[in-house]
Amino acid sequence: MSLLQIRNLTVEFATSSGSFRAVDGVDLSVDKGELLAIVGESGSGKSVSMLALMGLLPWTATITADEMSFEGRDLSGISARERRKIIGKDMAMIFQEPMSSLNPCFTVGFQIKEALRIHLGLNRKERHERAVELFDQVGIPAPESRLNTFPHQMSGGMNQRVVIAMAIACKPKLLIADEPTTALDVTIQAQILDLLIRLRDEHDMGLVLITHDMGVVAETAERVQVQYAGQKVEEQPVRDLFRTPRHPYTTALLSALPERATSKILPTIPGVVPGQFDRPKGCLFSPRCRFADATCAQTPPTPHAEGFGKARCHHVEKIAAGELV
Amino acid sequence: MTTPIVQAKDLARFYTVKGGLLSKPATVKALSGVDFDLQPGKTLAIVGESGCGKSTLARLITMIEEPTSGSLTINGVDIIPSQWSKMRETVQIVFQDPYSSLNPRQRIGQILQEPLIINRPQMTAADRETQARKMIEMVGLRPEHYDRYPHMFSGGQRQRIAIARALMLDPKVLVLDEPVSALDVSIQSQILNLLVDLQERLNLAYLFISHDLSVVRHFADDVIVMYLGRAVEKGPKEQLFAAPRHPYSKALLSTTPRADPDARKERIKLEGELPSPMNIPKGCAFAQRCWLVTDQCRQTLPELDDETHQVACLHPLF
Ligand SMILES: Nc1ncnc2c1ncn2[C@@H]1O[C@H](COP(=O)(O)OP(=O)(O)OP(=O)(O)O)[C@@H](O)[C@H]1O
Ligand SMILES: Nc1ncnc2c1ncn2[C@@H]1O[C@H](COP(=O)(O)OP(=O)(O)OP(=O)(O)O)[C@@H](O)[C@H]1O
Ligand code: SF4
Ligand code: SF4
Ligand SMILES: [Mg+2]
Ligand SMILES: [Mg+2]
Repeated sequence: MSLLQIRNLTVEFATSSGSFRAVDGVDLSVDKGELLAIVGESGSGKSVSMLALMGLLPWTATITADEMSFEGRDLSGISARERRKIIGKDMAMIFQEPMSSLNPCFTVGFQIKEALRIHLGLNRKERHERAVELFDQVGIPAPESRLNTFPHQMSGGMNQRVVIAMAIACKPKLLIADEPTTALDVTIQAQILDLLIRLRDEHDMGLVLITHDMGVVAETAERVQVQYAGQKVEEQPVRDLFRTPRHPYTTALLSALPERATSKILPTIPGVVPGQFDRPKGCLFSPRCRFADATCAQTPPTPHAEGFGKARCHHVEKIAAGELV
Repeated sequence: MTTPIVQAKDLARFYTVKGGLLSKPATVKALSGVDFDLQPGKTLAIVGESGCGKSTLARLITMIEEPTSGSLTINGVDIIPSQWSKMRETVQIVFQDPYSSLNPRQRIGQILQEPLIINRPQMTAADRETQARKMIEMVGLRPEHYDRYPHMFSGGQRQRIAIARALMLDPKVLVLDEPVSALDVSIQSQILNLLVDLQERLNLAYLFISHDLSVVRHFADDVIVMYLGRAVEKGPKEQLFAAPRHPYSKALLSTTPRADPDARKERIKLEGELPSPMNIPKGCAFAQRCWLVTDQCRQTLPELDDETHQVACLHPLF
């Protein structure tokens, strides 16, 4: 049984100019102790799909799914009260904007101790000790005195570490980390990633890591799923994905990395992701795909079977066989 | 050998900040003793952790701020504040955030003409429009974009607009402060290619600030590694990446994640953080985090040596 299992998740937003599908039939599963990375173009629904899971989208969002379960428990059927018991304790999230999860009016110490009081029922002294321990774990220097500071008195990197400390405070079984190290220097990024991986190893925690940094993916993840324009277009174990990407978007993405460049001019993906008004009829990547043909433009592809990275593409087999260039 | 378009000698910039109620004002040494030559058509990259003084250097080169000491020569002219207005055309800047750097109420055509209106008042409106339209084509935008507003563009297109605006006065130097950090990989490569193309066509010199070492490795000719306001290593890109001489550079390179699951990983873990620039320790500023530190390092401030690939360290790796 997977720790987290999502099948066919769709999220639509009601906007003044009509309905907009931000997440389109996404499947996702994570096991205990596993690290799944989600990558993809900005706006491809990575954050929205996870916010839907946490029940944190505004009322304008309509969420549908064939299944959304945590430890075998169906999340769609349970009451808001039941859900709150799970969220923040067994299932925690580090948000993309660290400042949005901190309240500017309270010290960071108070905020982390509140979480410990609500979810774990620790007494005053235990809460203090655990808070100091957590700050120390995430690499905040002089943790005792830092507990008394307000968010605006610290740097962005320091606040990000507070947010991470709060997310792991209750030793969650599943942690969703949305771009947890994007604002940080590589030296601190390495410390934070090591910490997340250590927690995963020590507590068998499942970890979903959303990032646009392919270097971070290569160095940490076991499995990777690639999203494009709200859809999952590919999923593979990390080595296979970097060695033999299957979907043309993944292939193009990897070859656009400066690290893989063979000449001063980099290979690019022409154009931009489709928006609300220019969503293609067939394959969503077709306007930018070098293999696109009439079928691609007309018919939406469905995910391919195992072995071809579950690629959502009509022509993966032909591309893999070198029949299309 | 061509003459450098920018020459910086011993540049320093200190800020005075008010202390608390009872404490004295303190001095932030944001930048000290920075020297470099930048040649036309070349890219000099500045790398280092947040707060090491990269943007401060950019503000001195673009004449937004005056150095506390040291000298700066651009295109052979000594840069003192009385020269600023005349010389600013020569050096332009492009920032990281393509969203906040464009006026949302101006159409693209107007945004591009603005520098001409201010700096070339004698130019006719028709000439200005011609120039703006030429520039739109140069940076790979479409003619119909001329009449649109910034919010109608994607992040990558907005960065093209920002680059176009920076080029309107025909500068010789572009300061690029994290120009691709906010962009998707697929868009990042489009913008980097544009910058390569423009550099070749216009013989531009770039001062390229980035925390992404894989981009720097691809893009730069020379690299300066900064630590707490000082250059600790400086040299041609190939040499610096192949064999870093300063322990800090080596650590920085080793911690940069590589997009290759099979790569060997020998990460050097740096404990602790940058010391406060208000309280720079005596001797080598990296001493607290360095695994090669000796007593001497805490006493003597290391200076850059005289090699082509320079290092400021008492016990360099090479
Ligand atoms: N409340 C909302 N109302 C309408 N549209 C929304 C709302 N929230 C998000 N969206 C849209 O949903 C799409 C997916 O957004 P999401 O934040 O999930 O992208 P992402 O993959 O996380 O991108 P990034 O890498 O930039 O963080 C975007 O087009 C976004 O504009
Ligand atoms: N106007 C100012 N007054 C006081 N201190 C300043 C001022 N501007 C910059 N500093 C300080 O000078 C140091 C260097 O800042 P700078 O912005 O140049 O860093 P940076 O290398 O660009 O960092 P980042 O990567 O975060 O952009 C920092 O410690 C900063 O706090
Ligand atoms: S379905 Fe067609 S357009 Fe879409 S990714 Fe595959 S080849 Fe390209
Ligand atoms: S001078 Fe000493 S402390 Fe500084 S980097 Fe070199 S070895 Fe390390
Ligand atoms: Mg997001
Ligand atoms: Mg800066």
